Amino acid sequence: MARIDLDNIRHAYMANPAGDEDYALKKVHHTFVDGGAYALLGPSGCGKTTLLNIISGLLRPSEGQILFDTRDVTGLPTEARNIAQVFQFPVVYDTMTVYDNLAFPLRNRGVPEGVVDKRVREIIAMIGLEERARRKAQGLTADEKQKISLGRGLARADVNAILFDEPLTVIDPHMKWELRTQLKELHRRFGYTMVYVTHDQTEALTFADNVVVMYEGEIVQIGTPEELFERPSHTFVGYFIGSPGMNLLPASVDGATVRIGSQSLTLPGRAGALGSDRIELGIRPEFVQLGREGMPISITKVEDIGRKKIVRAELEGETIAAVIDEDTEVPAEPHVVFDPAHLNLYANSWRVDLEGAA
Amino acid sequence: MNKTLNNKAWFMVLPVLVLVAFSAVIPLMTVVNYSVQDTFGSNVFFWAGTEWFQEILASDRFWAAMGRNLVFSAIILAIEVPLGIFIALNMPRKGWGVPVCLVLMALPLLIPFNVVGTIWQVFGRIDIGLLGHTLAELGVNYNYVNNPVHAWVTIILMDVWHWTSLVVLLCYAGLVSIPDAYYQAAKIDGASRWAVFRYIQLPKMHRVLLIAILLRFMDSFMIYTEPFVLTGGGPGNTTTFLSIDLVKLAIGEFNLGEAAAMSIIYFLIILVMSWVFYTVMTNYGTERR
Repeated sequence: MARIDLDNIRHAYMANPAGDEDYALKKVHHTFVDGGAYALLGPSGCGKTTLLNIISGLLRPSEGQILFDTRDVTGLPTEARNIAQVFQFPVVYDTMTVYDNLAFPLRNRGVPEGVVDKRVREIIAMIGLEERARRKAQGLTADEKQKISLGRGLARADVNAILFDEPLTVIDPHMKWELRTQLKELHRRFGYTMVYVTHDQTEALTFADNVVVMYEGEIVQIGTPEELFERPSHTFVGYFIGSPGMNLLPASVDGATVRIGSQSLTLPGRAGALGSDRIELGIRPEFVQLGREGMPISITKVEDIGRKKIVRAELEGETIAAVIDEDTEVPAEPHVVFDPAHLNLYANSWRVDLEGAA
Repeated sequence: MNKTLNNKAWFMVLPVLVLVAFSAVIPLMTVVNYSVQDTFGSNVFFWAGTEWFQEILASDRFWAAMGRNLVFSAIILAIEVPLGIFIALNMPRKGWGVPVCLVLMALPLLIPFNVVGTIWQVFGRIDIGLLGHTLAELGVNYNYVNNPVHAWVTIILMDVWHWTSLVVLLCYAGLVSIPDAYYQAAKIDGASRWAVFRYIQLPKMHRVLLIAILLRFMDSFMIYTEPFVLTGGGPGNTTTFLSIDLVKLAIGEFNLGEAAAMSIIYFLIILVMSWVFYTVMTNYGTERR
């Protein structure tokens, strides 16, 4: 196990990057703590796979250093870094048995056969494929193959970190739960440093203690699932996490008062001087209360999603969404109230810290 | 579910049936007809039964040609398959080199067979040929016209030059279909170059490789044009393959009955061999599931 430091990493796929937009990875400076479970979350093309390949050594960053436990590994090839990686599509050696697949990384490193046997038996038990041990890997189901990929990574006892690149993409929904639970279990029992890349927020939020949200080659926020939900530091996080995403309304601000069109609200704290920045007010649909008092809205659509209802409406010409309980009545002249404790203010898409707020 | 029976569908197959009948079945039946009869010309035929077949199967000439064919196919496969794999492995996977390599590889395949024979016939001549003259200048007593070993070497070189590309292109197609993740996983697992070949590339290539082997076997077993143009089956009979012998028998000696019998035996051998290859191929695939 190791702590992984990314020291001012930048990466461009082209030879002579001119501006910031030429970089697939703009500037990443972050530490993955030893034994932590991290998720890299972001839409396709945001640079998360690039970052993962830089950690595993499949890519060499254009700038910056990678340290494993203070040892500089930037120049080391993949095989010397001692990491494990599970790919989007299961990679198994078709002609080998399940047993030989798991023994492969050990045999390649010249581990004595006795040790290999002991270790492989342990791993097979760990991933629950005892009955398949002597079968050819070809013809197994996708989730079994993915377990083999994972098992090959676990086989080396001294592995520094386990990296996952959207490992559940090709797995059936009912198996996803099981595999994810097994991963968490492995993490609890053995304390591997795990980095999990995904674009699925549910996967990220349930798997990781710390979620790293990436957007256009940058890390926009690192935090616990709760922090991402309550205090998104970038409008993208607000929009990407949660379903539906955060409501963002163009606003103007003066001290602790914020105005949306003709309505004014009081913020939980004072905003500093923001000048000519583009100001937006963010509020999660979960904290929008529907009732007979507050700001008048006109409802456009009500979606019933089971135990909750999503109300789509217009407020001062802007569309907003509210999540209400299924049995809550929608009043004839609907009004909304925003929960003041959950208001977030954004200037040029970045969250503004409010003075005097809790 | 009930299957809808519609006998009109057979009419759709009819044109193909007629075409195949005229192009394959009827000519083949003519050959069968000749093989069981004898003639002294003037369109007078006598029933001969299986005599021609017995004669062919008992003749040393037939078995000698057959032996040469088998040796030739074995040598061809032993050279072209490993060489083809080797070249395919070393071809670039991306960049400007890909089209260049592919075109260079495809070129020999586009040349008509008799032209290939002519090219090598001239190439090997001692007086004007680049290969023959250079070898002669170097003091090698090279002469494919009267030295059987030289004739064989030249024919094999010619076939390797002409057909290795086919193996290369098929293997290359198999190689480029391997996702990058396999190579990355192999790196992470610390696999050697040989292990990558043995456990990733070879298994992914095995299907196209078996097709390549099947095609090269059939083609080399039926080889005719190139050695006919190059050596005409000589010196002596040392490069007379079954096909060349067959033409000598049918057209040279006008021995229609015997030639027809030989054709059928030749045809059956290729049919059986191809069937064996095909069965091995399909079983090889299913056995592993």
